[in-house]
Amino acid sequence: MSALPTLKWNKFEIAFWLIPIAAFFLFPRYLTLGSQILIAGLFALSLDLILGYARIISLGHAAFFGLGAYTAGLLAKHGFGEPLSGLFAAAAVAALAGWITSFLIVRGQDLTRLMVTLGIGLMLFETANQASSITGGVDGLSGVEMKKIFGVFGFGLDGKAAYLYSLAVLFVVFNATRALVRSPFGLSLRGIREGERRMPAIGASVRRKLVAVYTIGAGIAGIAGALLAQTTQFVGIDVFGFQRSAELMIMLVLGGTGYLYGGLLGAAVFMILQDYLANLNPVYWQFWLGLLLVLIVLFARGGLMGGLAVLHDRVWRTSR
Amino acid sequence: MTTIVSFIGVLFDGVAYGSLLFLISIGLSVTMGLMNFINLAHGAFAMLGGYAAVVAMSRLGIPFLPALAIAFAVSGAVGALLERVLYRRLYRAAHLDQVLFTIGLTLMSIATATYFFGPAQQPVRLPGFLTGQLHVLGVDLGTYRLFLIAMVVLATLALTFLVERTRFGAQVRASVDNQQASVGLGINVERVFSVTFALGSALAGLGGALGIDVLGLDPTFPLKYMVYFLLVVAVGGAGTIRGPLIAALILGVFDVAGKYYVPQIGSFVIYAVMVIMLLLFPAGLVGRRA
Repeated sequence: MSALPTLKWNKFEIAFWLIPIAAFFLFPRYLTLGSQILIAGLFALSLDLILGYARIISLGHAAFFGLGAYTAGLLAKHGFGEPLSGLFAAAAVAALAGWITSFLIVRGQDLTRLMVTLGIGLMLFETANQASSITGGVDGLSGVEMKKIFGVFGFGLDGKAAYLYSLAVLFVVFNATRALVRSPFGLSLRGIREGERRMPAIGASVRRKLVAVYTIGAGIAGIAGALLAQTTQFVGIDVFGFQRSAELMIMLVLGGTGYLYGGLLGAAVFMILQDYLANLNPVYWQFWLGLLLVLIVLFARGGLMGGLAVLHDRVWRTSR
Repeated sequence: MTTIVSFIGVLFDGVAYGSLLFLISIGLSVTMGLMNFINLAHGAFAMLGGYAAVVAMSRLGIPFLPALAIAFAVSGAVGALLERVLYRRLYRAAHLDQVLFTIGLTLMSIATATYFFGPAQQPVRLPGFLTGQLHVLGVDLGTYRLFLIAMVVLATLALTFLVERTRFGAQVRASVDNQQASVGLGINVERVFSVTFALGSALAGLGGALGIDVLGLDPTFPLKYMVYFLLVVAVGGAGTIRGPLIAALILGVFDVAGKYYVPQIGSFVIYAVMVIMLLLFPAGLVGRRA
């Protein structure tokens, strides 16, 4: 009889979470980029749940990100600018959309899933584009006015509140996700990943678990979208774009799937690289991005986390 | 009367558009059916064909028809090369790896095309005998679209002959049905893969060159039409000729009709058709023979 994985924090995890706190004090001029990284990390975390743990290939995860962003943005635009309730509303809308579409997802195989997720993302993009009286169309949704967090902390121009707010939300959601993947439910997801056909034999309903994890993943993506809308006080139509789904996937595989931390790490490396390289020349950036993806698939499937895990094993073995 | 005439016009345009989709996608269908390989970069080969034709015509002064042959050859050659160097390593990889890998290739192709040709649409000058309209029973039919349909009919007939009547075709069919047994019977499945991949890329290149006038040609081409090519294969069923043909014609007609009759929701029609078809036929219209 083996016990469930522990929820105790190890020293690496504690060290990891000290980084964003240290960054707050060390790089006060880069807090806007910092918030973007935290949001992208949360978004990558949501994809890790459905891709890293449930092995559902999604090319349209931005659909839920965008739904969350527009939900929070529209609420705030029409006078309901309280941030936390906006997050909950965004999560609810995105999760509902995830739940509805999950029935299409669990039916098919990889190719069908890929098509359906891609199709849903494109449909939502078109909707946002056409319904420009509500969403602002290609010009984006402006006039998003946020109230103060807890009525105390306003989103100032220095980006401090936005950064700490994003960090706090990321930390809370990350912890919930971490507890989830270490629960019996999380273990059964791992079981589905390793052997989908054998899971029914031990009495687990694959279908129901995939629906559940897809819904949760969609909800978290919605929170990430809402964070972006609230901290930038703007929603561009590109929140639904294919580019966003593709970049998200790149962040996740760069960091490594199935570790939860991989998404955060990948998002940080990706965004910092992008900030540096894309300013040089956006076209070259796309080329390097593609090359990076090809090289990861050919030579480094574990991503950064996979590399770190190998390194850790070696150090640990030699020190014994 | 006018509604009927315009309906025939839409139907005709839809068929022309659909046959173009078919020509580009057939290679994707075969690679998916044969190697179970999800190739999101397939549109890049069509784009390559398009640019090859443009370069041949505008910089080298080659006429339109030989330029089409050049597009076919260039895409086929590059496809064969990439198959040997890159794609082959991933036949047995997980679908996720194939998806990531081919998205990577797509991004690289877009950046490369932008680097060499800039982000603008490429113009194509069609020869005089292919421009203008033909009046058939009171309906105006674009000459170029008739030519397009004729080309695709020819290509389909040739392809059907190749697959149904030749020794190589028999090897392809055997490999699609059962790879292991085919290897056991002494079929060089690896070579069959290479040749079909190259042929599929070449047809995509031909389609890309033929399609400049209809689909347009700019660096975002592989991404813009990716979903259409995938649709044709997913809806039609991988590994056959008939399935993607029917699917491409249905999609072409619905897309053109949707954009003509209900422009407000134009793009929705095709996605709605896709979702319905995928729900009704999860394995595609014409399933792979067991």
